Amino acid sequence: MLRDVRLVALKDLRIEWRSRVTLSQIVPFAALVLVLFGFALDANRPVLETATSGLFWITVMFVATMAVQRSTAVEINDGARRALLLAGIEPIAVFLGKTVAIAAQLLVVQVLLVAGVIVLYGASVGQWVLLLATCVVATVGIAAAGSLLGALVAGVRARETVLPILLLPILAPVLIGATRAFDDALGSVAVDGWAWLGLLAGFGAINLVLGALAYGVLLEET
Amino acid sequence: MTQTSENATARTGTGSRFTFWLGVAVIAGAVALVVLGFFAAPADDEQRDAVRMIFVHVPSALLTYVAFSMTAVGSLMWIWKRSLWWDITAHAAAEIGVIFCALTLFTGSVWGRPTWNTYWDWGDVRLVTTLILFLIMIGYLSIRASGGDEEATSTRAAVVGLVAAVNLPIVNRSVEWWFDRTLHQKSSLTDGNLEDMTLFTLVVGIAVWAAFFLWAMIHRFRIAWLERELRVGDLDEAIIERRAEALHDESPVL
Repeated sequence: MLRDVRLVALKDLRIEWRSRVTLSQIVPFAALVLVLFGFALDANRPVLETATSGLFWITVMFVATMAVQRSTAVEINDGARRALLLAGIEPIAVFLGKTVAIAAQLLVVQVLLVAGVIVLYGASVGQWVLLLATCVVATVGIAAAGSLLGALVAGVRARETVLPILLLPILAPVLIGATRAFDDALGSVAVDGWAWLGLLAGFGAINLVLGALAYGVLLEET
Repeated sequence: MTQTSENATARTGTGSRFTFWLGVAVIAGAVALVVLGFFAAPADDEQRDAVRMIFVHVPSALLTYVAFSMTAVGSLMWIWKRSLWWDITAHAAAEIGVIFCALTLFTGSVWGRPTWNTYWDWGDVRLVTTLILFLIMIGYLSIRASGGDEEATSTRAAVVGLVAAVNLPIVNRSVEWWFDRTLHQKSSLTDGNLEDMTLFTLVVGIAVWAAFFLWAMIHRFRIAWLERELRVGDLDEAIIERRAEALHDESPVL
Protein backbone atom coordinates (compact mmCIF):
# COMPACT_ATOMS: atom_id res chain seq x y z
CA MET A 1 0.00 0.00 0.00
CA LEU A 2 2.85 2.39 0.81
CA ARG A 3 3.99 1.97 -2.77
CA ASP A 4 0.56 3.05 -4.01
CA VAL A 5 0.54 6.05 -1.67
CA ARG A 6 3.88 7.09 -3.07
CA LEU A 7 2.69 6.57 -6.64
CA VAL A 8 -0.39 8.75 -6.19
CA ALA A 9 1.53 11.45 -4.31
CA LEU A 10 4.29 11.54 -6.90
CA LYS A 11 1.74 11.61 -9.73
CA ASP A 12 0.08 14.70 -8.24
CA LEU A 13 3.37 16.40 -7.48
CA ARG A 14 4.67 15.64 -10.96
CA ILE A 15 1.55 17.21 -12.48
CA GLU A 16 2.07 20.26 -10.26
CA TRP A 17 5.73 20.47 -11.16
CA ARG A 18 4.99 20.31 -14.88
CA SER A 19 2.03 22.66 -14.85
CA ARG A 20 3.70 25.05 -12.36
CA VAL A 21 0.31 26.08 -10.94
CA THR A 22 1.56 26.08 -7.35
CA LEU A 23 4.62 28.09 -8.22
CA SER A 24 3.11 30.50 -10.68
CA GLN A 25 -0.31 31.08 -9.08
CA ILE A 26 -0.61 29.84 -5.50
CA VAL A 27 2.69 31.27 -4.22
CA PRO A 28 2.10 34.73 -5.72
CA PHE A 29 -1.44 34.62 -4.32
CA ALA A 30 -0.07 33.94 -0.83
CA ALA A 31 2.39 36.82 -1.16
CA LEU A 32 -0.42 39.06 -2.37
CA VAL A 33 -2.56 38.23 0.67
CA LEU A 34 0.34 39.12 2.97
CA VAL A 35 0.73 42.48 1.25
CA LEU A 36 -3.03 43.16 1.36
CA PHE A 37 -3.12 42.43 5.10
CA GLY A 38 -0.33 44.99 5.41
CA PHE A 39 -2.51 47.59 3.68
CA ALA A 40 -5.61 46.58 5.66
CA LEU A 41 -3.80 47.09 8.96
CA ASP A 42 -2.30 50.36 7.75
CA ALA A 43 1.25 48.97 7.78
CA ASN A 44 1.17 49.48 11.52
CA ARG A 45 4.21 47.52 12.78
CA PRO A 46 3.05 46.82 16.37
CA VAL A 47 -0.38 45.69 15.14
CA LEU A 48 1.18 43.55 12.42
CA GLU A 49 3.57 41.96 14.89
CA THR A 50 0.72 41.02 17.26
CA ALA A 51 -1.44 39.75 14.41
CA THR A 52 1.32 37.94 12.49
CA SER A 53 0.39 34.40 13.60
CA GLY A 54 -3.27 34.84 12.75
CA LEU A 55 -2.57 36.46 9.38
CA PHE A 56 -0.08 33.72 8.54
CA TRP A 57 -2.60 30.95 9.18
CA ILE A 58 -5.49 32.74 7.48
CA THR A 59 -3.27 32.95 4.42
CA VAL A 60 -2.50 29.23 4.73
CA MET A 61 -6.25 28.47 4.90
CA PHE A 62 -6.87 30.41 1.66
CA VAL A 63 -3.95 28.70 0.00
CA ALA A 64 -5.24 25.33 1.22
CA THR A 65 -8.62 25.82 -0.44
CA MET A 66 -6.81 26.65 -3.69
CA ALA A 67 -4.53 23.64 -3.41
CA VAL A 68 -7.48 21.33 -2.70
CA GLN A 69 -9.43 22.76 -5.66
CA ARG A 70 -6.43 22.08 -7.81
CA SER A 71 -5.96 18.55 -6.48
CA THR A 72 -9.65 17.83 -7.20
CA ALA A 73 -9.60 19.37 -10.67
CA VAL A 74 -6.69 17.13 -11.64
CA GLU A 75 -8.85 14.05 -10.96
CA ILE A 76 -11.99 15.32 -12.66
CA ASN A 77 -10.47 16.24 -16.01
CA ASP A 78 -10.48 13.45 -18.58
CA GLY A 79 -12.12 11.02 -16.15
CA ALA A 80 -8.84 10.51 -14.32
CA ARG A 81 -10.75 9.57 -11.17
CA ARG A 82 -12.32 6.55 -12.80
CA ALA A 83 -8.98 5.53 -14.25
CA LEU A 84 -7.49 5.70 -10.78
CA LEU A 85 -10.19 3.34 -9.50
CA LEU A 86 -9.73 0.97 -12.43
CA ALA A 87 -6.01 0.87 -11.76
CA GLY A 88 -6.86 -1.21 -8.71
CA ILE A 89 -5.38 1.20 -6.19
CA GLU A 90 -7.01 1.05 -2.76
CA PRO A 91 -9.12 4.18 -2.05
CA ILE A 92 -7.21 4.61 1.20
CA ALA A 93 -3.94 4.79 -0.75
CA VAL A 94 -5.47 7.40 -3.06
CA PHE A 95 -6.57 9.40 -0.03
CA LEU A 96 -3.18 9.24 1.67
CA GLY A 97 -1.33 9.93 -1.57
CA LYS A 98 -3.37 13.02 -2.34
CA THR A 99 -3.03 14.15 1.28
CA VAL A 100 0.75 13.86 1.05
CA ALA A 101 0.80 15.81 -2.22
CA ILE A 102 -1.35 18.63 -0.83
CA ALA A 103 0.71 18.73 2.37
CA ALA A 104 3.96 18.94 0.40
CA GLN A 105 2.69 21.92 -1.59
CA LEU A 106 1.38 23.66 1.51
CA LEU A 107 4.73 23.21 3.24
CA VAL A 108 6.55 24.79 0.31
CA VAL A 109 4.21 27.77 0.46
CA GLN A 110 4.67 28.01 4.24
CA VAL A 111 8.45 28.18 3.95
CA LEU A 112 8.02 31.21 1.72
CA LEU A 113 5.33 32.66 3.98
CA VAL A 114 7.58 32.41 7.04
CA ALA A 115 10.21 34.37 5.13
CA GLY A 116 7.44 36.79 4.11
CA VAL A 117 6.26 37.56 7.64
CA ILE A 118 9.85 37.97 8.84
CA VAL A 119 10.60 40.49 6.11
CA LEU A 120 7.24 42.27 5.76
CA TYR A 121 5.82 42.14 9.29
CA GLY A 122 9.08 42.19 11.20
CA ALA A 123 8.37 38.90 12.96
CA SER A 124 11.24 37.29 14.85
CA VAL A 125 11.27 33.59 15.56
CA GLY A 126 12.10 32.59 19.13
CA GLN A 127 11.53 28.84 18.93
CA TRP A 128 12.30 27.35 15.54
CA VAL A 129 11.52 23.78 16.63
CA LEU A 130 8.01 24.69 17.77
CA LEU A 131 7.45 26.73 14.62
CA LEU A 132 8.48 23.89 12.31
CA ALA A 133 6.57 21.27 14.31
CA THR A 134 3.43 23.43 14.17
CA CYS A 135 3.74 23.85 10.41
CA VAL A 136 4.13 20.11 9.84
CA VAL A 137 1.42 18.91 12.26
CA ALA A 138 -1.15 21.56 11.27
CA THR A 139 -0.49 20.89 7.60
CA VAL A 140 -1.20 17.17 8.00
CA GLY A 141 -4.62 18.01 9.47
CA ILE A 142 -5.41 20.61 6.81
CA ALA A 143 -4.36 18.29 3.99
CA ALA A 144 -6.32 15.33 5.39
CA ALA A 145 -9.55 17.27 5.83
CA GLY A 146 -8.90 18.99 2.50
CA SER A 147 -8.41 15.88 0.41
CA LEU A 148 -11.48 14.22 1.95
CA LEU A 149 -13.71 17.23 1.26
CA GLY A 150 -12.08 17.69 -2.15
CA ALA A 151 -13.23 14.19 -3.14
CA LEU A 152 -16.62 14.98 -1.66
CA VAL A 153 -17.22 18.03 -3.85
CA ALA A 154 -15.63 16.49 -6.95
CA GLY A 155 -18.95 15.67 -8.60
CA VAL A 156 -20.81 18.76 -7.41
CA ARG A 157 -21.59 21.38 -10.03
CA ALA A 158 -20.75 24.45 -7.93
CA ARG A 159 -17.74 22.82 -6.31
CA GLU A 160 -15.51 25.94 -6.39
CA THR A 161 -17.89 27.77 -4.10
CA VAL A 162 -19.05 24.84 -1.99
CA LEU A 163 -15.56 23.72 -0.98
CA PRO A 164 -14.58 26.77 1.13
CA ILE A 165 -17.97 26.72 2.89
CA LEU A 166 -17.36 23.13 3.92
CA LEU A 167 -13.64 23.24 4.54
CA LEU A 168 -13.08 26.50 6.41
CA PRO A 169 -15.42 25.90 9.39
CA ILE A 170 -14.00 22.40 9.84
CA LEU A 171 -10.51 23.94 9.91
CA ALA A 172 -11.44 26.38 12.69
CA PRO A 173 -9.59 24.33 15.35
CA VAL A 174 -6.44 24.37 13.18
CA LEU A 175 -6.63 28.12 12.80
CA ILE A 176 -7.04 28.58 16.54
CA GLY A 177 -4.44 25.99 17.54
CA ALA A 178 -1.79 26.87 14.98
CA THR A 179 -2.16 30.59 15.65
CA ARG A 180 -1.66 30.07 19.38
CA ALA A 181 1.33 27.78 18.84
CA PHE A 182 2.85 30.39 16.51
CA ASP A 183 2.20 33.09 19.11
CA ASP A 184 4.44 31.10 21.43
CA ALA A 185 7.05 30.37 18.76
CA LEU A 186 7.23 34.03 17.74
CA GLY A 187 7.13 35.15 21.37
CA SER A 188 4.22 37.54 20.79
CA VAL A 189 1.90 36.07 23.44
CA ALA A 190 2.87 34.00 26.47
CA VAL A 191 1.00 30.73 25.91
CA ASP A 192 2.02 27.09 25.98
CA GLY A 193 2.48 26.39 22.29
CA TRP A 194 3.32 22.71 22.81
CA ALA A 195 -0.10 22.05 24.40
CA TRP A 196 -1.70 23.55 21.30
CA LEU A 197 0.47 21.31 19.17
CA GLY A 198 -1.20 18.38 20.93
CA LEU A 199 -4.61 19.65 19.88
CA LEU A 200 -3.41 20.03 16.29
CA ALA A 201 -2.09 16.46 16.38
CA GLY A 202 -5.48 15.29 17.63
CA PHE A 203 -7.22 17.09 14.78
CA GLY A 204 -4.81 15.59 12.26
CA ALA A 205 -5.26 12.06 13.62
CA ILE A 206 -9.06 12.30 13.67
CA ASN A 207 -9.26 13.58 10.13
CA LEU A 208 -6.76 11.06 8.80
CA VAL A 209 -8.85 8.21 10.24
CA LEU A 210 -12.10 9.79 9.05
CA GLY A 211 -10.71 10.28 5.56
CA ALA A 212 -9.33 6.74 5.42
CA LEU A 213 -12.77 5.38 6.35
CA ALA A 214 -14.94 7.64 4.21
CA TYR A 215 -12.82 8.12 1.09
CA GLY A 216 -13.69 4.75 -0.40
CA VAL A 217 -17.42 5.38 -0.04
CA LEU A 218 -17.05 8.72 -1.82
CA LEU A 219 -14.77 7.47 -4.56
CA GLU A 220 -17.00 4.55 -5.46
CA GLU A 221 -20.41 6.11 -5.11
CA THR A 222 -20.17 9.69 -6.26
CA MET B 1 -61.47 6.90 8.00
CA THR B 2 -61.70 4.51 5.04
CA GLN B 3 -58.78 3.19 3.11
CA THR B 4 -59.57 5.32 0.03
CA SER B 5 -59.80 8.63 1.83
CA GLU B 6 -56.52 7.88 3.59
CA ASN B 7 -54.88 7.35 0.24
CA ALA B 8 -56.41 10.57 -1.02
CA THR B 9 -54.91 12.59 1.84
CA ALA B 10 -51.55 10.94 1.29
CA ARG B 11 -51.59 12.13 -2.29
CA THR B 12 -52.72 15.68 -1.81
CA GLY B 13 -50.88 16.81 1.28
CA THR B 14 -48.47 16.02 4.05
CA GLY B 15 -51.00 16.28 6.86
CA SER B 16 -52.76 13.51 8.73
CA ARG B 17 -55.18 13.39 11.63
CA PHE B 18 -52.22 13.13 14.00
CA THR B 19 -50.36 16.14 12.61
CA PHE B 20 -53.60 18.16 12.58
CA TRP B 21 -54.16 17.64 16.31
CA LEU B 22 -50.47 18.02 17.01
CA GLY B 23 -50.61 21.38 15.21
CA VAL B 24 -53.64 22.43 17.25
CA ALA B 25 -51.81 21.43 20.42
CA VAL B 26 -48.76 23.47 19.38
CA ILE B 27 -50.88 26.59 18.79
CA ALA B 28 -52.67 26.15 22.13
CA GLY B 29 -49.34 25.50 23.83
CA ALA B 30 -47.81 28.61 22.23
CA VAL B 31 -50.67 30.75 23.57
CA ALA B 32 -50.20 29.22 27.02
CA LEU B 33 -46.45 29.81 26.80
CA VAL B 34 -46.92 33.49 25.92
CA VAL B 35 -49.29 33.95 28.88
CA LEU B 36 -47.03 32.06 31.27
CA GLY B 37 -43.83 33.63 29.94
CA PHE B 38 -45.00 37.24 29.98
CA PHE B 39 -47.39 37.31 32.92
CA ALA B 40 -47.05 34.34 35.27
CA ALA B 41 -43.26 34.00 35.40
CA PRO B 42 -41.62 36.69 37.55
CA ALA B 43 -38.85 38.97 36.32
CA ASP B 44 -35.38 37.97 37.50
CA ASP B 45 -33.61 39.96 40.25
CA GLU B 46 -30.51 40.52 38.12
CA GLN B 47 -31.57 39.90 34.55
CA ARG B 48 -35.03 41.44 34.97
CA ASP B 49 -37.34 40.94 31.96
CA ALA B 50 -34.50 39.60 29.84
CA VAL B 51 -34.80 36.30 31.71
CA ARG B 52 -37.99 35.60 29.73
CA MET B 53 -35.78 34.97 26.72
CA ILE B 54 -34.88 31.55 28.14
CA PHE B 55 -38.35 30.24 27.28
CA VAL B 56 -37.28 30.42 23.65
CA HIS B 57 -33.51 30.21 23.96
CA VAL B 58 -33.14 27.05 26.04
CA PRO B 59 -35.71 24.93 24.13
CA SER B 60 -34.30 25.97 20.76
CA ALA B 61 -30.74 25.24 21.91
CA LEU B 62 -31.79 21.79 23.15
CA LEU B 63 -33.65 21.04 19.92
CA THR B 64 -30.73 22.25 17.80
CA TYR B 65 -28.57 19.57 19.37
CA VAL B 66 -31.36 16.96 19.11
CA ALA B 67 -31.79 17.80 15.41
CA PHE B 68 -28.09 17.71 14.57
CA SER B 69 -27.68 14.44 16.49
CA MET B 70 -30.46 13.02 14.32
CA THR B 71 -28.56 14.23 11.25
CA ALA B 72 -25.41 12.50 12.47
CA VAL B 73 -27.22 9.22 13.18
CA GLY B 74 -29.11 9.47 9.88
CA SER B 75 -25.84 10.03 8.00
CA LEU B 76 -24.31 6.97 9.58
CA MET B 77 -27.38 4.85 8.84
CA TRP B 78 -27.38 5.95 5.20
CA ILE B 79 -23.75 4.95 4.71
CA TRP B 80 -24.08 1.77 6.76
CA LYS B 81 -27.54 0.44 5.90
CA ARG B 82 -28.57 2.49 2.84
CA SER B 83 -31.67 3.43 4.78
CA LEU B 84 -33.71 5.91 2.75
CA TRP B 85 -35.83 6.63 5.81
CA TRP B 86 -32.78 7.71 7.78
CA ASP B 87 -31.40 9.68 4.84
CA ILE B 88 -34.56 11.77 4.60
CA THR B 89 -34.69 12.11 8.38
CA ALA B 90 -31.09 13.41 8.36
CA HIS B 91 -31.97 15.99 5.73
CA ALA B 92 -35.20 17.12 7.43
CA ALA B 93 -33.49 17.35 10.82
CA ALA B 94 -30.62 19.39 9.36
CA GLU B 95 -32.96 21.95 7.84
CA ILE B 96 -35.05 22.34 10.95
CA GLY B 97 -31.94 22.23 13.12
CA VAL B 98 -30.40 25.14 11.19
CA ILE B 99 -33.53 27.21 11.86
CA PHE B 100 -33.45 26.37 15.57
CA CYS B 101 -29.73 27.06 15.65
CA ALA B 102 -30.28 30.50 14.10
CA LEU B 103 -33.01 31.13 16.66
CA THR B 104 -30.66 30.06 19.47
CA LEU B 105 -27.92 32.41 18.29
CA PHE B 106 -30.36 35.27 17.74
CA THR B 107 -32.13 35.00 21.10
CA GLY B 108 -28.76 34.49 22.79
CA SER B 109 -27.32 37.71 21.45
CA VAL B 110 -30.50 39.71 22.09
CA TRP B 111 -30.38 38.41 25.66
CA GLY B 112 -26.65 39.07 25.92
CA ARG B 113 -26.99 42.77 25.16
CA PRO B 114 -28.80 43.79 28.40
CA THR B 115 -27.21 41.04 30.50
CA TRP B 116 -23.55 40.92 29.42
CA ASN B 117 -23.68 44.36 27.80
CA THR B 118 -22.60 42.89 24.45
CA TYR B 119 -24.31 41.10 21.58
CA TRP B 120 -21.44 38.79 21.06
CA ASP B 121 -18.83 37.45 23.42
CA TRP B 122 -15.80 35.78 21.88
CA GLY B 123 -14.81 34.32 25.20
CA ASP B 124 -17.89 32.16 25.41
CA VAL B 125 -17.21 28.61 24.35
CA ARG B 126 -20.77 27.46 23.72
CA LEU B 127 -21.58 30.58 21.73
CA VAL B 128 -18.59 30.31 19.40
CA THR B 129 -18.92 26.53 19.02
CA THR B 130 -22.61 26.89 18.14
CA LEU B 131 -21.80 29.48 15.50
CA ILE B 132 -19.19 27.22 13.89
CA LEU B 133 -21.67 24.33 14.00
CA PHE B 134 -24.24 26.58 12.34
CA LEU B 135 -21.80 27.42 9.53
CA ILE B 136 -20.89 23.74 9.02
CA MET B 137 -24.56 22.80 8.77
CA ILE B 138 -25.13 25.57 6.22
CA GLY B 139 -22.46 23.78 4.20
CA TYR B 140 -24.34 20.51 4.70
CA LEU B 141 -27.49 22.09 3.28
CA SER B 142 -25.62 23.54 0.32
CA ILE B 143 -24.39 20.03 -0.54
CA ARG B 144 -27.98 18.80 -0.24
CA ALA B 145 -29.10 21.56 -2.60
CA SER B 146 -26.31 20.93 -5.11
CA GLY B 147 -28.44 18.71 -7.33
CA GLY B 148 -27.28 15.89 -9.55
CA ASP B 149 -27.53 12.21 -8.79
CA GLU B 150 -29.82 11.56 -5.85
CA GLU B 151 -27.87 8.78 -4.13
CA ALA B 152 -24.52 10.48 -4.66
CA THR B 153 -25.87 13.65 -3.07
CA SER B 154 -27.11 11.64 -0.09
CA THR B 155 -23.71 10.00 0.31
CA ARG B 156 -21.88 13.32 0.09
CA ALA B 157 -24.21 14.91 2.60
CA ALA B 158 -23.84 11.91 4.91
CA VAL B 159 -20.05 12.25 4.86
CA VAL B 160 -20.36 15.98 5.66
CA GLY B 161 -22.73 15.07 8.51
CA LEU B 162 -20.22 12.62 9.93
CA VAL B 163 -17.24 14.96 9.45
CA ALA B 164 -19.22 17.63 11.34
CA ALA B 165 -20.19 15.25 14.15
CA VAL B 166 -16.67 13.91 14.61
CA ASN B 167 -14.99 17.32 14.48
CA LEU B 168 -17.43 19.05 16.79
CA PRO B 169 -15.79 17.93 20.06
CA ILE B 170 -12.42 19.19 18.87
CA VAL B 171 -13.93 22.50 17.74
CA ASN B 172 -15.45 22.82 21.19
CA ARG B 173 -12.18 21.93 22.90
CA SER B 174 -10.15 24.37 20.81
CA VAL B 175 -12.54 27.23 21.52
CA GLU B 176 -12.53 26.32 25.19
CA TRP B 177 -8.74 26.48 25.40
CA TRP B 178 -8.59 29.51 23.17
CA PHE B 179 -10.38 31.63 25.68
CA ASP B 180 -10.00 29.95 28.97
CA ARG B 181 -12.86 31.64 30.69
CA THR B 182 -16.54 31.57 30.04
CA LEU B 183 -19.36 33.96 30.67
CA HIS B 184 -22.04 31.49 29.79
CA GLN B 185 -24.61 30.61 32.37
CA LYS B 186 -24.28 27.14 33.72
CA SER B 187 -27.12 25.04 32.43
CA SER B 188 -30.27 26.85 33.55
CA LEU B 189 -32.06 23.59 34.24
CA THR B 190 -29.59 22.01 36.61
CA ASP B 191 -28.16 24.82 38.71
CA GLY B 192 -31.34 25.12 40.78
CA ASN B 193 -31.45 28.92 40.82
CA LEU B 194 -34.66 29.33 38.89
CA GLU B 195 -37.88 30.46 40.52
CA ASP B 196 -40.59 27.78 40.64
CA MET B 197 -42.82 29.57 38.13
CA THR B 198 -39.91 30.27 35.80
CA LEU B 199 -38.88 26.63 35.91
CA PHE B 200 -42.45 25.50 35.23
CA THR B 201 -42.75 27.89 32.28
CA LEU B 202 -39.41 26.66 30.94
CA VAL B 203 -40.59 23.05 31.08
CA VAL B 204 -43.80 24.06 29.28
CA GLY B 205 -41.66 25.93 26.76
CA ILE B 206 -39.53 22.88 26.09
CA ALA B 207 -42.64 20.72 25.62
CA VAL B 208 -44.29 23.20 23.24
CA TRP B 209 -41.15 23.71 21.18
CA ALA B 210 -40.52 19.97 21.07
CA ALA B 211 -44.08 19.38 19.82
CA PHE B 212 -43.51 22.02 17.15
CA PHE B 213 -40.24 20.35 16.21
CA LEU B 214 -42.01 17.00 15.82
CA TRP B 215 -44.78 18.60 13.75
CA ALA B 216 -42.26 20.30 11.45
CA MET B 217 -40.18 17.12 11.17
CA ILE B 218 -43.17 15.01 10.10
CA HIS B 219 -44.21 17.51 7.44
CA ARG B 220 -40.69 18.07 6.16
CA PHE B 221 -40.08 14.33 6.04
CA ARG B 222 -43.25 13.73 4.03
CA ILE B 223 -42.46 16.55 1.60
CA ALA B 224 -39.01 15.11 0.97
CA TRP B 225 -40.47 11.64 0.56
CA LEU B 226 -43.06 12.87 -1.97
CA GLU B 227 -40.42 14.85 -3.86
CA ARG B 228 -38.33 11.74 -4.17
CA GLU B 229 -41.31 9.64 -5.29
CA LEU B 230 -42.10 12.27 -7.87
CA ARG B 231 -38.61 12.31 -9.32
CA VAL B 232 -38.24 8.53 -9.31
CA GLY B 233 -41.79 8.17 -10.73
CA ASP B 234 -41.06 10.63 -13.52
CA LEU B 235 -37.94 8.74 -14.44
CA ASP B 236 -39.77 5.42 -14.52
CA GLU B 237 -42.51 6.89 -16.70
CA ALA B 238 -39.97 8.38 -19.07
CA ILE B 239 -38.24 5.01 -19.41
CA ILE B 240 -41.55 3.24 -20.12
CA GLU B 241 -42.46 5.85 -22.74
CA ARG B 242 -39.08 5.58 -24.36
CA ARG B 243 -39.38 1.78 -24.50
CA ALA B 244 -42.84 2.05 -26.01
CA GLU B 245 -41.50 4.43 -28.64
CA ALA B 246 -38.74 2.04 -29.55
CA LEU B 247 -41.16 -0.90 -29.84
CA HIS B 248 -43.58 0.93 -32.11
CA ASP B 249 -40.96 2.63 -34.16
CA GLU B 250 -41.15 1.17 -37.65
CA SER B 251 -38.39 3.15 -39.25
CA PRO B 252 -35.34 1.03 -40.14
CA VAL B 253 -32.61 0.82 -37.57
CA LEU B 254 -29.61 2.84 -38.61
